[in-house]
Amino acid sequence: MKNYYQPEIETMPREQIRRLQNERLLKQVRHVWENVPYYRAKMQEKGLTPDDIKSQEDLHKLPFLTKADLRNAYPYGLMGKPLKDCVRIQSTSGTTGQRVVAFYTQNDIHIWETMCARAIAAAGGTNEDVVQVSYGYGLFTGGPGLNGGSHLLGSLTIPASSGNTDRQIMFIKDLSATILCCTPSYAAFIGERMREMGMTPDDIPLKAGIFGAEAWSESMRRDIEATMGIKAYDIYGLTELCGPGVSFECEDQHGMHINEDYFIPEIIDPDTGEVLPEGSTGELVFTTLEKEAFPLIRYRTRDITSLSHEPCPCGRTHVRMSRLKGRTDDMLIIRGVNVFPSQIETVLINQGYPANYQIIVDRVNNTDTLDVRVEMTPEMFTDNLGVINTRQAKLVEGLRSMLGLTAKVTLVAPKSITRSEGKAVRVIDNRKI
Amino acid sequence: MSVKQISVFLENRPGCLHEMTKALAEADIDLRGLSLAETSDFGIVRLIVDDVMGTANTLRDAGFVASLTDVLAVEVPNVPGGLNKVLEVIDGAGVNVEYMYAILGNKKSDTAYMIFRVNDNEKASGALKASGVKIMEPEELSAL
Repeated sequence: MKNYYQPEIETMPREQIRRLQNERLLKQVRHVWENVPYYRAKMQEKGLTPDDIKSQEDLHKLPFLTKADLRNAYPYGLMGKPLKDCVRIQSTSGTTGQRVVAFYTQNDIHIWETMCARAIAAAGGTNEDVVQVSYGYGLFTGGPGLNGGSHLLGSLTIPASSGNTDRQIMFIKDLSATILCCTPSYAAFIGERMREMGMTPDDIPLKAGIFGAEAWSESMRRDIEATMGIKAYDIYGLTELCGPGVSFECEDQHGMHINEDYFIPEIIDPDTGEVLPEGSTGELVFTTLEKEAFPLIRYRTRDITSLSHEPCPCGRTHVRMSRLKGRTDDMLIIRGVNVFPSQIETVLINQGYPANYQIIVDRVNNTDTLDVRVEMTPEMFTDNLGVINTRQAKLVEGLRSMLGLTAKVTLVAPKSITRSEGKAVRVIDNRKI
Repeated sequence: MSVKQISVFLENRPGCLHEMTKALAEADIDLRGLSLAETSDFGIVRLIVDDVMGTANTLRDAGFVASLTDVLAVEVPNVPGGLNKVLEVIDGAGVNVEYMYAILGNKKSDTAYMIFRVNDNEKASGALKASGVKIMEPEELSAL
Protein backbone atom coordinates (compact mmCIF):
# COMPACT_ATOMS: atom_id res chain seq x y z
CA MET A 1 0.00 0.00 0.00
CA LYS A 2 1.16 3.49 -0.80
CA ASN A 3 3.00 5.60 1.79
CA TYR A 4 2.81 2.98 4.56
CA TYR A 5 5.70 0.88 5.76
CA GLN A 6 3.55 -1.40 7.92
CA PRO A 7 -0.07 -0.76 6.90
CA GLU A 8 -1.51 -3.38 9.29
CA ILE A 9 -0.02 -1.55 12.26
CA GLU A 10 -0.21 2.03 11.02
CA THR A 11 -3.93 1.75 10.21
CA MET A 12 -4.85 -0.65 13.03
CA PRO A 13 -8.36 -0.01 14.46
CA ARG A 14 -8.28 2.07 17.67
CA GLU A 15 -9.77 -0.71 19.80
CA GLN A 16 -7.01 -3.05 18.72
CA ILE A 17 -4.29 -0.43 19.39
CA ARG A 18 -5.64 -0.02 22.90
CA ARG A 19 -5.60 -3.77 23.52
CA LEU A 20 -2.05 -4.01 22.22
CA GLN A 21 -0.98 -1.08 24.41
CA ASN A 22 -2.57 -2.56 27.53
CA GLU A 23 -0.91 -5.88 26.94
CA ARG A 24 2.48 -4.28 26.35
CA LEU A 25 2.14 -1.80 29.22
CA LEU A 26 1.67 -4.56 31.80
CA LYS A 27 4.72 -6.34 30.47
CA GLN A 28 6.79 -3.15 30.42
CA VAL A 29 5.83 -2.20 33.99
CA ARG A 30 6.76 -5.69 35.18
CA HIS A 31 10.06 -5.51 33.24
CA VAL A 32 10.92 -2.20 34.94
CA TRP A 33 9.81 -3.44 38.38
CA GLU A 34 12.03 -6.48 38.09
CA ASN A 35 15.08 -4.90 36.45
CA VAL A 36 15.22 -1.20 37.36
CA PRO A 37 15.60 -0.82 41.15
CA TYR A 38 15.60 2.98 40.79
CA TYR A 39 12.03 2.98 39.45
CA ARG A 40 10.88 0.13 41.69
CA ALA A 41 11.81 2.31 44.67
CA LYS A 42 9.72 5.16 43.23
CA MET A 43 6.74 2.79 42.87
CA GLN A 44 7.20 1.44 46.37
CA GLU A 45 7.22 4.97 47.74
CA LYS A 46 3.68 5.30 46.37
CA GLY A 47 2.77 1.86 47.66
CA LEU A 48 2.41 0.45 44.15
CA THR A 49 3.24 -2.97 42.72
CA PRO A 50 2.81 -4.12 39.09
CA ASP A 51 -0.47 -5.72 40.18
CA ASP A 52 -1.97 -2.27 40.69
CA ILE A 53 -1.61 -1.56 36.99
CA LYS A 54 -4.28 -3.48 35.09
CA SER A 55 -4.58 -1.27 32.00
CA GLN A 56 -3.68 2.21 30.80
CA GLU A 57 -6.57 3.50 32.92
CA ASP A 58 -4.18 3.00 35.84
CA LEU A 59 -1.21 4.68 34.16
CA HIS A 60 -1.80 7.99 35.99
CA LYS A 61 -1.04 6.25 39.31
CA LEU A 62 2.56 5.62 38.33
CA PRO A 63 5.27 8.11 39.29
CA PHE A 64 6.90 10.35 36.70
CA LEU A 65 10.47 10.19 35.51
CA THR A 66 12.17 13.49 34.79
CA LYS A 67 15.46 14.73 33.44
CA ALA A 68 16.55 15.04 37.08
CA ASP A 69 16.03 11.28 37.46
CA LEU A 70 18.18 10.68 34.40
CA ARG A 71 20.87 12.79 36.01
CA ASN A 72 20.59 11.03 39.37
CA ALA A 73 20.67 7.60 37.79
CA TYR A 74 23.51 8.42 35.36
CA PRO A 75 24.92 6.39 33.75
CA TYR A 76 23.51 2.90 34.42
CA GLY A 77 20.76 3.45 36.99
CA LEU A 78 17.78 3.23 34.62
CA MET A 79 18.96 0.26 32.60
CA GLY A 80 16.61 -2.68 32.16
CA LYS A 81 19.19 -5.04 30.69
CA PRO A 82 22.75 -5.99 31.58
CA LEU A 83 25.45 -4.32 29.51
CA LYS A 84 26.26 -7.58 27.74
CA ASP A 85 22.81 -7.45 26.10
CA CYS A 86 23.33 -3.88 24.88
CA VAL A 87 24.81 -3.11 21.49
CA ARG A 88 24.72 0.68 21.20
CA ILE A 89 24.99 3.96 23.05
CA GLN A 90 23.63 7.28 21.75
CA SER A 91 23.87 10.61 23.48
CA THR A 92 22.39 14.11 23.27
CA SER A 93 24.27 17.20 22.24
CA GLY A 94 23.75 18.58 25.73
CA THR A 95 22.42 21.88 24.30
CA THR A 96 20.01 22.18 27.19
CA GLY A 97 22.44 21.34 29.93
CA GLN A 98 22.65 17.75 31.02
CA ARG A 99 23.91 15.22 28.53
CA VAL A 100 21.67 12.14 28.19
CA VAL A 101 23.24 8.74 27.54
CA ALA A 102 20.84 6.05 26.30
CA PHE A 103 21.43 2.32 25.77
CA TYR A 104 20.00 0.01 23.11
CA THR A 105 19.68 -3.73 22.66
CA GLN A 106 19.62 -5.11 19.13
CA ASN A 107 15.85 -5.21 19.36
CA ASP A 108 15.67 -1.59 20.58
CA ILE A 109 17.67 -0.55 17.52
CA HIS A 110 15.36 -2.53 15.26
CA ILE A 111 12.24 -0.88 16.70
CA TRP A 112 13.77 2.57 16.39
CA GLU A 113 14.77 2.01 12.77
CA THR A 114 11.31 0.60 12.04
CA MET A 115 9.74 3.85 13.23
CA CYS A 116 12.15 5.83 11.03
CA ALA A 117 11.22 3.64 8.06
CA ARG A 118 7.55 4.49 8.70
CA ALA A 119 8.48 8.19 8.74
CA ILE A 120 10.34 8.01 5.43
CA ALA A 121 7.52 6.01 3.84
CA ALA A 122 5.01 8.61 5.07
CA ALA A 123 7.07 11.27 3.26
CA GLY A 124 6.61 9.25 0.07
CA GLY A 125 9.81 7.21 0.29
CA THR A 126 10.12 3.76 -1.30
CA ASN A 127 12.97 1.50 -2.39
CA GLU A 128 13.14 3.61 -5.56
CA ASP A 129 14.23 6.67 -3.61
CA VAL A 130 17.64 8.08 -2.82
CA VAL A 131 17.68 9.30 0.77
CA GLN A 132 20.39 11.77 1.74
CA VAL A 133 20.89 11.77 5.50
CA SER A 134 22.48 15.10 6.39
CA TYR A 135 21.90 14.85 10.13
CA GLY A 136 25.07 14.45 12.13
CA TYR A 137 26.24 10.86 12.58
CA GLY A 138 27.85 9.60 15.73
CA LEU A 139 26.47 10.04 19.22
CA PHE A 140 23.64 12.25 17.91
CA THR A 141 20.61 10.08 17.05
CA GLY A 142 19.60 11.98 13.89
CA GLY A 143 22.05 10.38 11.45
CA PRO A 144 21.98 6.76 12.69
CA GLY A 145 18.18 6.69 13.09
CA LEU A 146 17.23 7.89 9.61
CA ASN A 147 20.10 5.90 8.13
CA GLY A 148 18.71 2.69 9.62
CA GLY A 149 15.14 3.54 8.60
CA SER A 150 16.22 4.20 5.04
CA HIS A 151 17.99 0.82 4.94
CA LEU A 152 14.91 -1.04 6.20
CA LEU A 153 12.82 0.64 3.53
CA GLY A 154 15.35 -0.39 0.90
CA SER A 155 16.09 3.16 -0.24
CA LEU A 156 19.54 3.98 -1.53
CA THR A 157 21.08 5.80 1.42
CA ILE A 158 23.68 8.59 1.20
CA PRO A 159 25.20 8.90 4.68
CA ALA A 160 26.31 12.49 4.02
CA SER A 161 26.25 13.59 7.68
CA SER A 162 26.18 17.35 8.30
CA GLY A 163 28.61 19.97 7.07
CA ASN A 164 30.41 20.78 3.83
CA THR A 165 27.33 22.33 2.30
CA ASP A 166 28.64 22.60 -1.27
CA ARG A 167 29.33 18.86 -1.26
CA GLN A 168 25.82 18.21 0.09
CA ILE A 169 24.40 20.09 -2.89
CA MET A 170 26.71 18.26 -5.29
CA PHE A 171 25.50 14.88 -3.96
CA ILE A 172 21.85 15.91 -4.15
CA LYS A 173 22.37 16.93 -7.77
CA ASP A 174 24.81 14.29 -9.05
CA LEU A 175 23.31 11.30 -7.21
CA SER A 176 19.71 12.43 -7.67
CA ALA A 177 18.74 12.47 -4.01
CA THR A 178 14.95 12.60 -3.73
CA ILE A 179 14.57 12.86 0.05
CA LEU A 180 16.71 15.01 2.34
CA CYS A 181 16.89 14.40 6.10
CA CYS A 182 18.44 17.07 8.36
CA THR A 183 17.59 19.77 10.90
CA PRO A 184 15.25 22.49 9.58
CA SER A 185 17.88 25.17 10.17
CA TYR A 186 20.40 23.21 8.11
CA ALA A 187 17.79 22.69 5.37
CA ALA A 188 17.26 26.46 5.27
CA PHE A 189 21.01 26.95 5.01
CA ILE A 190 21.36 24.43 2.18
CA GLY A 191 18.45 26.15 0.40
CA GLU A 192 20.07 29.54 0.82
CA ARG A 193 23.35 28.25 -0.59
CA MET A 194 21.52 26.69 -3.57
CA ARG A 195 19.92 30.03 -4.34
CA GLU A 196 23.31 31.74 -4.10
CA MET A 197 24.66 29.24 -6.60
CA GLY A 198 21.88 30.30 -8.95
CA MET A 199 19.95 27.03 -8.63
CA THR A 200 16.16 26.86 -8.82
CA PRO A 201 13.92 24.05 -7.51
CA ASP A 202 13.89 22.65 -11.07
CA ASP A 203 17.64 22.06 -10.93
CA ILE A 204 17.40 19.58 -8.06
CA PRO A 205 15.66 16.21 -7.94
CA LEU A 206 14.50 16.48 -4.29
CA LYS A 207 10.80 15.85 -3.69
CA ALA A 208 10.64 15.70 0.09
CA GLY A 209 12.51 16.61 3.24
CA ILE A 210 12.27 15.11 6.73
CA PHE A 211 13.31 17.79 9.16
CA GLY A 212 13.44 17.55 12.93
CA ALA A 213 15.50 17.69 16.13
CA GLU A 214 14.51 21.30 16.76
CA ALA A 215 11.32 23.32 16.94
CA TRP A 216 10.46 25.18 13.73
CA SER A 217 7.54 27.21 12.50
CA GLU A 218 4.92 26.67 9.82
CA SER A 219 6.23 29.72 7.96
CA MET A 220 9.75 28.31 7.96
CA ARG A 221 8.30 25.15 6.43
CA ARG A 222 6.68 27.12 3.60
CA ASP A 223 9.92 28.98 3.05
CA ILE A 224 12.01 25.80 2.75
CA GLU A 225 9.36 24.15 0.57
CA ALA A 226 9.40 27.07 -1.86
CA THR A 227 13.19 27.36 -2.03
CA MET A 228 13.77 23.66 -2.67
CA GLY A 229 10.54 22.77 -4.43
CA ILE A 230 9.79 19.97 -1.96
CA LYS A 231 7.25 18.90 0.64
CA ALA A 232 8.81 19.30 4.08
CA TYR A 233 7.79 16.85 6.82
CA ASP A 234 8.27 17.27 10.53
CA ILE A 235 9.68 14.41 12.61
CA TYR A 236 9.96 14.21 16.37
CA GLY A 237 11.91 12.22 18.88
CA LEU A 238 14.11 12.25 21.92
CA THR A 239 17.31 10.37 22.60
CA GLU A 240 15.79 9.21 25.89
CA LEU A 241 13.05 7.38 23.98
CA CYS A 242 15.25 6.22 21.03
CA GLY A 243 15.77 9.26 18.78
CA PRO A 244 13.86 10.60 15.76
CA GLY A 245 10.79 8.67 14.67
CA VAL A 246 8.78 8.69 17.91
CA SER A 247 6.26 10.62 15.81
CA PHE A 248 6.23 11.84 12.23
CA GLU A 249 4.08 13.70 9.73
CA CYS A 250 2.10 12.11 6.91
CA GLU A 251 1.17 13.78 3.61
CA ASP A 252 -1.59 15.64 5.40
CA GLN A 253 1.14 17.67 7.21
CA HIS A 254 -1.20 18.30 10.09
CA GLY A 255 0.37 16.96 13.24
CA MET A 256 2.72 14.05 13.79
CA HIS A 257 1.46 10.48 14.26
CA ILE A 258 2.91 8.95 17.42
CA ASN A 259 3.90 5.30 17.04
CA GLU A 260 1.39 4.08 19.58
CA ASP A 261 2.39 0.45 19.32
CA TYR A 262 5.63 1.51 21.00
CA PHE A 263 4.59 4.44 23.21
CA ILE A 264 1.67 5.72 25.25
CA PRO A 265 1.59 9.53 25.22
CA GLU A 266 -0.12 11.71 27.84
CA ILE A 267 -0.52 15.47 28.18
CA ILE A 268 -0.15 16.84 31.68
CA ASP A 269 -0.28 20.19 33.39
CA PRO A 270 3.43 20.94 33.85
CA ASP A 271 2.77 22.63 37.20
CA THR A 272 0.45 20.14 38.89
CA GLY A 273 1.33 16.93 37.02
CA GLU A 274 -2.38 16.31 36.46
CA VAL A 275 -3.41 14.53 33.24
CA LEU A 276 -5.27 16.91 30.93
CA PRO A 277 -8.24 16.01 28.68
CA GLU A 278 -7.71 15.41 24.96
CA GLY A 279 -7.05 18.54 22.97
CA SER A 280 -5.48 20.44 25.87
CA THR A 281 -2.05 21.95 25.46
CA GLY A 282 0.44 20.83 28.05
CA GLU A 283 3.61 18.88 28.67
CA LEU A 284 4.06 15.69 26.69
CA VAL A 285 4.76 12.54 28.73
CA PHE A 286 5.75 9.19 27.25
CA THR A 287 5.66 5.63 28.50
CA THR A 288 7.71 3.22 26.44
CA LEU A 289 6.07 -0.15 25.71
CA GLU A 290 8.70 -2.32 24.11
CA LYS A 291 12.01 -0.87 25.26
CA GLU A 292 14.43 -3.38 26.72
CA ALA A 293 17.66 -1.56 27.61
CA PHE A 294 16.28 1.86 28.54
CA PRO A 295 12.59 1.54 29.43
CA LEU A 296 10.97 4.75 30.72
CA ILE A 297 7.63 5.00 32.49
CA ARG A 298 5.84 8.36 32.34
CA TYR A 299 8.88 10.28 31.20
CA ARG A 300 8.34 14.04 31.19
CA THR A 301 9.69 15.43 27.91
CA ARG A 302 9.33 19.15 28.81
CA ASP A 303 7.91 19.60 25.31
CA ILE A 304 4.68 21.56 24.98
CA THR A 305 2.05 20.24 22.56
CA SER A 306 -1.47 18.76 22.33
CA LEU A 307 -2.87 15.43 21.11
CA SER A 308 -5.67 14.75 18.64
CA HIS A 309 -7.55 11.53 17.85
CA GLU A 310 -9.40 13.16 14.92
CA PRO A 311 -9.36 10.66 12.05
CA CYS A 312 -6.55 11.54 9.63
CA PRO A 313 -7.18 11.60 5.85
CA CYS A 314 -4.01 9.51 5.39
CA GLY A 315 -5.71 6.50 7.00
CA ARG A 316 -3.31 6.18 9.93
CA THR A 317 -5.12 5.59 13.18
CA HIS A 318 -2.30 6.56 15.52
CA VAL A 319 -2.82 9.72 17.56
CA ARG A 320 -1.35 12.98 16.26
CA MET A 321 0.60 15.50 18.31
CA SER A 322 0.58 19.10 17.12
CA ARG A 323 3.69 20.92 15.96
CA LEU A 324 5.84 21.67 18.99
CA LYS A 325 5.17 25.03 20.45
CA GLY A 326 8.59 24.75 21.97
CA ARG A 327 10.54 22.86 24.50
CA THR A 328 9.99 24.16 28.01
CA ASP A 329 13.79 24.34 28.03
CA ASP A 330 13.74 26.72 25.03
CA MET A 331 11.17 28.96 26.58
CA LEU A 332 12.48 32.33 27.67
CA ILE A 333 10.83 34.31 30.38
CA ILE A 334 11.36 37.96 29.49
CA ARG A 335 9.88 40.58 31.78
CA GLY A 336 7.60 37.84 33.07
CA VAL A 337 6.31 36.95 29.58
CA ASN A 338 6.82 33.47 28.14
CA VAL A 339 8.58 33.72 24.78
CA PHE A 340 9.36 30.87 22.38
CA PRO A 341 11.96 31.47 19.66
CA SER A 342 9.53 29.88 17.17
CA GLN A 343 7.11 32.78 17.72
CA ILE A 344 9.80 35.29 16.78
CA GLU A 345 10.69 33.20 13.75
CA THR A 346 7.08 33.24 12.55
CA VAL A 347 6.95 37.05 12.62
CA LEU A 348 10.27 37.34 10.80
CA ILE A 349 9.38 34.98 7.99
CA ASN A 350 5.90 36.46 7.56
CA GLN A 351 7.52 39.84 6.98
CA GLY A 352 9.98 38.50 4.43
CA TYR A 353 13.07 38.29 6.60
CA PRO A 354 15.47 35.34 6.40
CA ALA A 355 15.17 32.47 8.90
CA ASN A 356 18.63 33.29 10.17
CA TYR A 357 18.25 35.30 13.29
CA GLN A 358 19.56 35.53 16.79
CA ILE A 359 17.84 36.47 20.00
CA ILE A 360 19.93 38.22 22.60
CA VAL A 361 18.49 38.56 26.06
CA ASP A 362 20.13 40.69 28.68
CA ARG A 363 19.30 42.48 31.89
CA VAL A 364 19.98 46.20 32.12
CA ASN A 365 19.12 48.09 35.33
CA ASN A 366 17.08 45.09 36.51
CA THR A 367 14.96 45.07 33.36
CA ASP A 368 15.14 42.31 30.77
CA THR A 369 16.01 43.40 27.26
CA LEU A 370 15.20 41.48 24.09
CA ASP A 371 17.28 42.17 21.01
CA VAL A 372 16.40 40.38 17.79
CA ARG A 373 19.25 40.45 15.29
CA VAL A 374 18.26 39.95 11.67
CA GLU A 375 20.40 39.90 8.59
CA MET A 376 19.90 42.52 5.88
CA THR A 377 19.25 40.87 2.52
CA PRO A 378 19.66 42.31 -0.98
CA GLU A 379 15.88 42.02 -1.46
CA MET A 380 15.16 44.16 1.58
CA PHE A 381 17.87 46.76 1.10
CA THR A 382 17.21 50.14 -0.47
CA ASP A 383 19.09 53.46 -0.53
CA ASN A 384 16.24 55.04 1.38
CA LEU A 385 16.73 55.23 5.13
CA GLY A 386 13.07 56.02 5.69
CA VAL A 387 11.87 52.86 3.96
CA ILE A 388 14.19 50.69 6.04
CA ASN A 389 13.17 52.46 9.24
CA THR A 390 9.50 51.96 8.44
CA ARG A 391 10.07 48.28 7.80
CA GLN A 392 12.01 47.96 11.03
CA ALA A 393 9.19 49.66 12.93
CA LYS A 394 6.72 47.24 11.34
CA LEU A 395 8.82 44.32 12.59
CA VAL A 396 8.95 45.75 16.11
CA GLU A 397 5.17 46.13 15.98
CA GLY A 398 4.73 42.57 14.65
CA LEU A 399 6.86 41.20 17.49
CA ARG A 400 4.98 43.31 20.02
CA SER A 401 1.62 41.97 18.94
CA MET A 402 2.92 38.36 18.86
CA LEU A 403 4.85 38.41 22.14
CA GLY A 404 3.20 41.19 24.08
CA LEU A 405 6.48 42.93 24.73
CA THR A 406 8.72 45.38 22.96
CA ALA A 407 11.86 44.04 21.33
CA LYS A 408 14.72 45.94 19.82
CA VAL A 409 15.40 44.96 16.23
CA THR A 410 18.96 45.23 14.98
CA LEU A 411 19.78 44.82 11.31
CA VAL A 412 23.14 43.20 10.80
CA ALA A 413 25.36 42.49 7.81
CA PRO A 414 24.58 39.45 5.65
CA LYS A 415 26.22 36.21 6.78
CA SER A 416 27.19 37.77 10.11
CA ILE A 417 25.00 35.34 12.06
CA THR A 418 26.72 31.97 12.28
CA ARG A 419 25.11 29.29 10.11
CA SER A 420 24.32 26.02 11.77
CA GLU A 421 24.97 22.58 10.37
CA GLY A 422 23.17 20.91 13.23
CA LYS A 423 21.00 22.49 15.87
CA ALA A 424 20.96 26.27 15.53
CA VAL A 425 22.02 28.47 18.42
CA ARG A 426 19.17 30.97 18.30
CA VAL A 427 19.29 32.35 21.79
CA ILE A 428 22.07 34.06 23.67
CA ASP A 429 20.99 34.78 27.21
CA ASN A 430 23.45 37.14 28.88
CA ARG A 431 21.36 37.66 31.99
CA LYS A 432 23.20 36.91 35.17
CA ILE A 433 20.49 35.86 37.56
CA MET B 1 20.56 61.33 -18.32
CA SER B 2 20.84 59.73 -14.91
CA VAL B 3 23.82 58.09 -13.24
CA LYS B 4 23.93 54.95 -11.11
CA GLN B 5 24.55 55.37 -7.42
CA ILE B 6 25.64 52.42 -5.29
CA SER B 7 24.16 52.27 -1.80
CA VAL B 8 25.82 50.05 0.78
CA PHE B 9 24.42 48.75 4.06
CA LEU B 10 26.75 49.19 7.04
CA GLU B 11 26.34 47.92 10.55
CA ASN B 12 26.92 50.51 13.22
CA ARG B 13 30.06 49.07 14.74
CA PRO B 14 33.70 50.18 14.82
CA GLY B 15 35.65 49.22 11.73
CA CYS B 16 32.70 48.54 9.44
CA LEU B 17 33.22 51.61 7.25
CA HIS B 18 36.92 50.85 7.09
CA GLU B 19 36.23 47.29 5.92
CA MET B 20 34.31 48.74 3.01
CA THR B 21 36.96 51.33 2.05
CA LYS B 22 39.61 48.62 2.32
CA ALA B 23 37.74 46.40 -0.14
CA LEU B 24 37.36 49.33 -2.53
CA ALA B 25 41.01 50.37 -2.17
CA GLU B 26 42.21 46.83 -2.87
CA ALA B 27 40.13 46.80 -6.06
CA ASP B 28 41.63 50.18 -6.99
CA ILE B 29 38.26 51.93 -7.12
CA ASP B 30 38.20 55.71 -7.39
CA LEU B 31 35.39 57.44 -5.51
CA ARG B 32 33.71 60.37 -7.28
CA GLY B 33 31.13 61.14 -4.67
CA LEU B 34 30.14 59.84 -1.28
CA SER B 35 27.57 60.48 1.42
CA LEU B 36 26.78 58.69 4.65
CA ALA B 37 23.38 58.51 6.32
CA GLU B 38 23.00 56.84 9.65
CA THR B 39 20.49 55.82 12.28
CA SER B 40 21.36 54.65 15.77
CA ASP B 41 22.08 51.11 14.65
CA PHE B 42 22.94 51.07 10.97
CA GLY B 43 24.13 53.31 8.17
CA ILE B 44 23.90 53.62 4.41
CA VAL B 45 26.85 54.81 2.36
CA ARG B 46 26.03 56.14 -1.10
CA LEU B 47 28.79 56.07 -3.67
CA ILE B 48 29.36 57.49 -7.12
CA VAL B 49 32.07 55.63 -9.05
CA ASP B 50 33.14 55.14 -12.67
CA ASP B 51 32.98 51.35 -12.79
CA VAL B 52 29.55 50.66 -11.30
CA MET B 53 29.33 46.91 -12.00
CA GLY B 54 32.92 46.25 -10.93
CA THR B 55 32.36 48.11 -7.68
CA ALA B 56 29.07 46.33 -7.00
CA ASN B 57 30.78 42.95 -7.52
CA THR B 58 33.71 43.91 -5.31
CA LEU B 59 31.33 44.89 -2.51
CA ARG B 60 29.24 41.75 -2.86
CA ASP B 61 32.31 39.53 -2.78
CA ALA B 62 33.43 41.32 0.36
CA GLY B 63 30.10 40.41 1.98
CA PHE B 64 28.27 43.73 1.75
CA VAL B 65 24.66 44.26 0.70
CA ALA B 66 24.50 46.90 -2.01
CA SER B 67 21.84 48.26 -4.33
CA LEU B 68 21.81 50.53 -7.38
CA THR B 69 19.69 53.66 -7.71
CA ASP B 70 19.28 56.13 -10.58
CA VAL B 71 20.18 59.64 -9.42
CA LEU B 72 20.73 62.95 -11.20
CA ALA B 73 24.20 64.51 -11.40
CA VAL B 74 23.57 68.24 -11.81
CA GLU B 75 25.98 71.03 -12.70
CA VAL B 76 25.58 73.88 -10.24
CA PRO B 77 27.17 77.32 -10.71
CA ASN B 78 29.75 77.74 -7.93
CA VAL B 79 28.46 81.17 -6.89
CA PRO B 80 26.25 82.34 -4.03
CA GLY B 81 22.68 81.38 -4.83
CA GLY B 82 23.77 78.73 -7.37
CA LEU B 83 22.20 75.81 -5.52
CA ASN B 84 19.16 77.88 -4.65
CA LYS B 85 18.47 78.41 -8.35
CA VAL B 86 18.60 74.69 -9.09
CA LEU B 87 16.28 73.86 -6.20
CA GLU B 88 13.86 76.56 -7.31
CA VAL B 89 13.47 74.76 -10.62
CA ILE B 90 13.03 71.35 -8.97
CA ASP B 91 10.54 72.74 -6.48
CA GLY B 92 8.69 74.55 -9.25
CA ALA B 93 8.25 71.22 -11.04
CA GLY B 94 6.65 69.74 -7.92
CA VAL B 95 9.42 67.19 -7.45
CA ASN B 96 10.51 66.04 -3.99
CA VAL B 97 14.22 65.81 -3.12
CA GLU B 98 14.89 62.79 -0.92
CA TYR B 99 18.55 63.63 -0.37
CA MET B 100 21.50 65.28 -2.09
CA TYR B 101 25.24 65.56 -1.74
CA ALA B 102 28.23 67.03 -3.52
CA ILE B 103 30.59 65.34 -5.95
CA LEU B 104 34.16 65.41 -4.71
CA GLY B 105 36.57 68.11 -6.00
CA ASN B 106 36.96 68.85 -9.70
CA LYS B 107 39.30 70.97 -11.78
CA LYS B 108 36.84 73.67 -12.77
CA SER B 109 36.48 76.01 -9.80
CA ASP B 110 33.54 77.95 -11.19
CA THR B 111 31.31 74.88 -11.28
CA ALA B 112 30.16 72.44 -8.61
CA TYR B 113 28.43 69.11 -9.18
CA MET B 114 25.72 67.71 -6.97
CA ILE B 115 23.91 64.39 -6.80
CA PHE B 116 20.13 64.63 -6.41
CA ARG B 117 17.94 61.72 -5.39
CA VAL B 118 14.41 62.80 -6.28
CA ASN B 119 11.08 61.04 -6.46
CA ASP B 120 10.72 61.68 -10.21
CA ASN B 121 13.90 61.74 -12.28
CA GLU B 122 12.18 62.42 -15.57
CA LYS B 123 10.17 65.40 -14.37
CA ALA B 124 13.14 66.91 -12.54
CA SER B 125 15.58 66.53 -15.41
CA GLY B 126 13.03 67.88 -17.91
CA ALA B 127 12.47 70.98 -15.81
CA LEU B 128 16.20 71.48 -15.18
CA LYS B 129 17.12 71.17 -18.84
CA ALA B 130 14.33 73.58 -19.81
CA SER B 131 15.87 76.13 -17.43
CA GLY B 132 19.32 75.66 -18.94
CA VAL B 133 20.76 73.60 -16.06
CA LYS B 134 23.17 70.94 -17.24
CA ILE B 135 22.65 67.32 -16.24
CA MET B 136 25.74 65.17 -16.46
CA GLU B 137 26.00 61.89 -18.34
CA PRO B 138 28.02 59.08 -16.71
CA GLU B 139 30.90 59.60 -19.21
CA GLU B 140 31.02 63.33 -18.50
CA LEU B 141 31.21 62.60 -14.81
CA SER B 142 34.09 60.21 -15.41
CA ALA B 143 35.93 62.86 -17.41
CA LEU B 144 35.91 65.35 -14.56
